[in-house]
Amino acid sequence: MFVVKLVLKNALRHKLRTILTILGIAIAVAAFGFIRTIVTAWSAGVEASAENRMITRHAVSFIFTLPYSYRDQIAGIQGVEEVSYANWFGGNYKDASDWKNFFPRVAVDPDTYFSLYPEYIVPADQLEAFKRERNSCIVGAKLAREQGFKLGDVIPIEGDIFPGKWEFTVRGIYEGKDKTADETQMFFHWNYLNERIKELQPGREGQIGWYVLKVSNATDMTRVARAVDGLYENSRARTKTETEKEFQQSFVSMSSSIITSLKAASYLIIGIILLVLANTIVMAARERMREYAVLKTIGFKKSHIIGLIGGESMMIAIIGGAIGLALTFPAAGALAAAFPTFFPIVNVEPMTIVFASAIALLAGIVAALFPASRAVRMKIADGLRSLG
Amino acid sequence: MATSNGRAMIEVKNVTKSYHRDSIEIPVLRDLSIQVPEGEFLALMGPSGSGKTTLLNLIAGIDRPDRGEVLVGGTDIGTMGESDLAKWRSSHVGFIFQFYNLLPVLTAFENVELPLLLTRLSKGERKARVDLALKLVGLAERMSHYPKQLSGGQEQRVAIARAIVTDPTVLVADEPTGDLDKVSAGEIMELLERLNKEFGKTIVMVTHDPRAASKAHKVMNLDKGELV
Repeated sequence: MFVVKLVLKNALRHKLRTILTILGIAIAVAAFGFIRTIVTAWSAGVEASAENRMITRHAVSFIFTLPYSYRDQIAGIQGVEEVSYANWFGGNYKDASDWKNFFPRVAVDPDTYFSLYPEYIVPADQLEAFKRERNSCIVGAKLAREQGFKLGDVIPIEGDIFPGKWEFTVRGIYEGKDKTADETQMFFHWNYLNERIKELQPGREGQIGWYVLKVSNATDMTRVARAVDGLYENSRARTKTETEKEFQQSFVSMSSSIITSLKAASYLIIGIILLVLANTIVMAARERMREYAVLKTIGFKKSHIIGLIGGESMMIAIIGGAIGLALTFPAAGALAAAFPTFFPIVNVEPMTIVFASAIALLAGIVAALFPASRAVRMKIADGLRSLG
Repeated sequence: MATSNGRAMIEVKNVTKSYHRDSIEIPVLRDLSIQVPEGEFLALMGPSGSGKTTLLNLIAGIDRPDRGEVLVGGTDIGTMGESDLAKWRSSHVGFIFQFYNLLPVLTAFENVELPLLLTRLSKGERKARVDLALKLVGLAERMSHYPKQLSGGQEQRVAIARAIVTDPTVLVADEPTGDLDKVSAGEIMELLERLNKEFGKTIVMVTHDPRAASKAHKVMNLDKGELV
């Protein structure tokens, strides 16, 4: 109890220094948590991937399309339970230079797509209304909130990959089954896209961006992938079939250098936390060497001295870490608000909290090691001579 | 005026002690032997570097001799392990330093209570002892004051209260008046004298001050690590 009391009193001895150290740790922990949150937000699609879904795309690149005629052939492969398809539409909504106006627009098969993505929950009446109307669309709840979209609204899009002026009527708003589901997308009829492209750019019709396969047995995926790709090995449009997770991972990999840099920055921050705290604790311990010598003279043991130095270090680290963690949440919220569709899923993951807490605690321990060791090894006679 | 009963409380036998600065050996005490009877008030004098404080540290068990024996109350403290020695110090020795060495973040009461925290005394028992010690040194009214709110003489009296609160057998004082004005120094010496006479404490005091030394029963002079 005495050690705890003295730790508290010692920590408040140089209030400004302690406060600045706590702030330094808090900012560093918040930065660490924020960067980790960005990295996890970047990989959110990978984490949200279903275990029983596969994607078939063009073997060369995602930007090349596949013939619509593949659909029935793929559906016929043993182990494939259901097939759907989609096209990346692109286009611009309002001012394209504003990030807030970016959101994924995807042309899908209205009859099968939502069956393959049960994590997107659409009210039955809205799904029926969507299926009935060829130029209708379904938007995610988060996107609807961000852009103020309501049922019946018309969303005008200026096409780029598929030129022309496009208008889609909102007939449904889907909710995510859980927080990992992306609620920032807009889905509309592939048939509507196909028909208009046939008129506007004859020859581009009948093309699919990617097929989505639901397989009956997740352990069968390697065989299914080989079977699908084997079918088109000698065709003009060869395919690459992979799990949805691998497919999503390939997008993340495109940004691997950014993610690596972010991770490196987070490790650098760990070093900064340690230096900030170690500097304070070393200074504090050096100033108090004579006091430690007095305590040892009176009969206090090494464990008491370690408790005093380690306790102060841990206390500062814990308070700084807790404030830093608390700051991580509004920082992540600000990120989500600033880039709602670029980072559709921003959550401070439990592992981020665990890591950030562990780093703060570890910094508390490591920062105390050297001064505690010095104080414990110090001869009392030398300590009494030292200037306090 | 001596109150000693003749039985040796402290025996320093053929003690040699050197310090090392880098590779240079600096001899401090050379084959020194002294005896301090129980209840004695001994003053150690001598020029700087003569080995007074080193001898005091050896008697107090905060340093060890290179050769020879240091017995306090019949216990050879030179052979004790560090942990046992710390425990022994806490119950047998009271320390009074030149610069008081109070912990600035603790009140006078808390500073005096420090040595008792290592005992099994209850909070109530500790309080009773601290109250008594502070009353004895005349600072019962200042127990909630922090060191910076006290004068030098008062700080030293708190330090003396801290030294006596465990009722140790030996008090060691390293220039207890060295940082005080004449009046305060006089008060401190009166207090030490009283502790010796009324409570029978054996006191070993290092001092440069002849007036302080005059209060002791016996004065020993050291020079270059030897008694002169």
